[in-house]
Amino acid sequence: MSGGDLLHVVTNDNISDARRSFGRAIIWGAAAVMLATALAQLAQHLGWADFGFSNWRPTLYGYCLWAAALCWGQVLIRGEQGKRTLFVLPAALFVISLTVFPLLFGLVIAFSSWNLSSPDGRQFNGLDNLRQMWADPFYWNALQNMVWYCLAILVEYAIAFALALALNAEIRARKFFRVAFLLPLMLSPVAVSWMIGKSMLVIQPAGPIIRMLRFFGWENPSFYSSPWMAKLTIMMMDAWTFIPFMMIMILAGLQSIPKELNEAARVDGANGWRAFWEVTFPMMLPVSVTAVLIRIIFKLKLADIVISVTSGGPGGATDTVTSFIFREYRDRSNVGYGTLLAMVYLVIIIVVMTLLMKLADRFARPRT
Amino acid sequence: MTTQVFHDSASDLSHRARQFGGRAAIYGLLILWAFICLFPIYWTATTSFKMAPNVMKGDMIPWVDFTPKWLGWKSLGLSPDTIGKDSTVRAEFAKRFFNSAVISLVSSALAVMLGSLAAYGLSRFSYKFSWMKNSDILFFFLSQLILPPVVLALPFLVLYKELALLDTRVGLILLYTLSVLPIVIWIMRDQFSAIPTELEEAALVDGLSIWGAFLTIIVPIALPGMVAAFILSLVLTWNEYFFAALLTSTHANTLPVMVASQTGSQGISWWSMAALSFAAILPLIVIGVVLERYIIKGMAAGAVK
Repeated sequence: MSGGDLLHVVTNDNISDARRSFGRAIIWGAAAVMLATALAQLAQHLGWADFGFSNWRPTLYGYCLWAAALCWGQVLIRGEQGKRTLFVLPAALFVISLTVFPLLFGLVIAFSSWNLSSPDGRQFNGLDNLRQMWADPFYWNALQNMVWYCLAILVEYAIAFALALALNAEIRARKFFRVAFLLPLMLSPVAVSWMIGKSMLVIQPAGPIIRMLRFFGWENPSFYSSPWMAKLTIMMMDAWTFIPFMMIMILAGLQSIPKELNEAARVDGANGWRAFWEVTFPMMLPVSVTAVLIRIIFKLKLADIVISVTSGGPGGATDTVTSFIFREYRDRSNVGYGTLLAMVYLVIIIVVMTLLMKLADRFARPRT
Repeated sequence: MTTQVFHDSASDLSHRARQFGGRAAIYGLLILWAFICLFPIYWTATTSFKMAPNVMKGDMIPWVDFTPKWLGWKSLGLSPDTIGKDSTVRAEFAKRFFNSAVISLVSSALAVMLGSLAAYGLSRFSYKFSWMKNSDILFFFLSQLILPPVVLALPFLVLYKELALLDTRVGLILLYTLSVLPIVIWIMRDQFSAIPTELEEAALVDGLSIWGAFLTIIVPIALPGMVAAFILSLVLTWNEYFFAALLTSTHANTLPVMVASQTGSQGISWWSMAALSFAAILPLIVIGVVLERYIIKGMAAGAVK
């Protein structure tokens, strides 16, 4: 994406100096308004003066005003170029103000002890949170669980691939199967955890799955009492919702493979199995890598099912990092420690994902 | 000369048998998985018409195993004989439903708007914000996908408290827009780069401005893609639970929060839980069945480049 615009536009912008200075004026004016509000509020917050603010909203309004002025000012000052900037600027401002600022703020919180329910307010406590994290076996346990959960993606991938192959074959009622396979993805994880996790697995003598397992000779199946069984159950429920997602990506990839390739392989005498491993699968590598990577990203956010079915139990065996921090906050309302845990998690994710993407790049490239 | 010259050799016949076996295996797999996908939905739908003994015995088929009753729906105030009367539960449900609808529709619309503009800009012009070039800006947008919600959750909790945005719809809308924006940009960038630039060039020669060309020519062409992105965002925001559970308490609760909060109190009355869950997932089931084409299109957009 280098070497100038894809869309060449020649315009003669006749921007008068007055217009230009007006543009600067509204940007700086709005910035001044915002800063003045913020300072006044800060003064009140520190107890120097009382302006009668009840919350920080005026500063927020000041920020919105400044953002709008910045967008308008772009057009006033830079004419045609400004109009182009206007395409990206709102989204960029939106994302920056909603992620970068809270993240910086989060860094401050992470190194302090802040119990929202106690009146003391925020207290800077240096590296205490880090030390506490180091000694917290439940956090490490949750991280370890995330590794197991992510490994389950390989199985999900295999199932999704098989289903995509079946859907791509010449079958009748393809539309019906596609809709049916898509439906789990549309359902809310909370409702799913109720429908499957509770109603079908817990009602003791009569849940349909329990009855089925008993029919196959498993006397008292219980899904949430032993750690591994609970973990597996959570994995399966999560897989149930997200397999359609991978399946559709793989199906799209399968449909983009030209038919001639498989026919050529057939003519050369490859049977179905070999044709799959030597033609289809290598062709699908880039798509597979994308699908698995995105799936990992979604998996790292897994929380809803765990929170509403097991809330981490038994003994933290099903905890994900997100659900652990959620409980940490719910039980002790300590914002500082929770934020530090989340920040460490973010660092780990960024490192791991960067490594994975580098690896995936090297792994998938030579064959494409 | 009555001998048959051409006949199927043994290997040809076995080939046909194997093909038949293969087809049977494919249909077997498909039907098995369709059953796995649909059974929980069927189970929820039927459980909402059961009474306590039916649930405990595990009856499956209505009218054969048990007679359907409106018990579950009555507890929601949605059964035929309670629909006309006042019901606090129904009012509560309607409020949550309305919250969910407003929040997911507005945030998806906002995300599609912001995301399409950004994706269009990035696919057509080359920008330079200090050291950031187009690819850096795009990476910046897409990298938001990696950001786990839990990292933002607690800072936002504190910020919203200060800004008096806690437990408001606006607060949730902002966060949801943020969380689906990278997906929208990903889908829309794909859509826009598939549209040839000659179209806009012609429009510009005819005297339209950049924005005029975008709104009158490009948007109508890219509309299916935008619908796909919109529906995908709608699904994600409708189902979101984590932020909603953390940042709302009484006013802005969404449906998933209501479903989750039912489980704890006074044992579980399975039939009313089933009715509530089914009512919560029904809109998305309808969307999934009717607009399946768009959803698949949206999800497939990024997969194949």
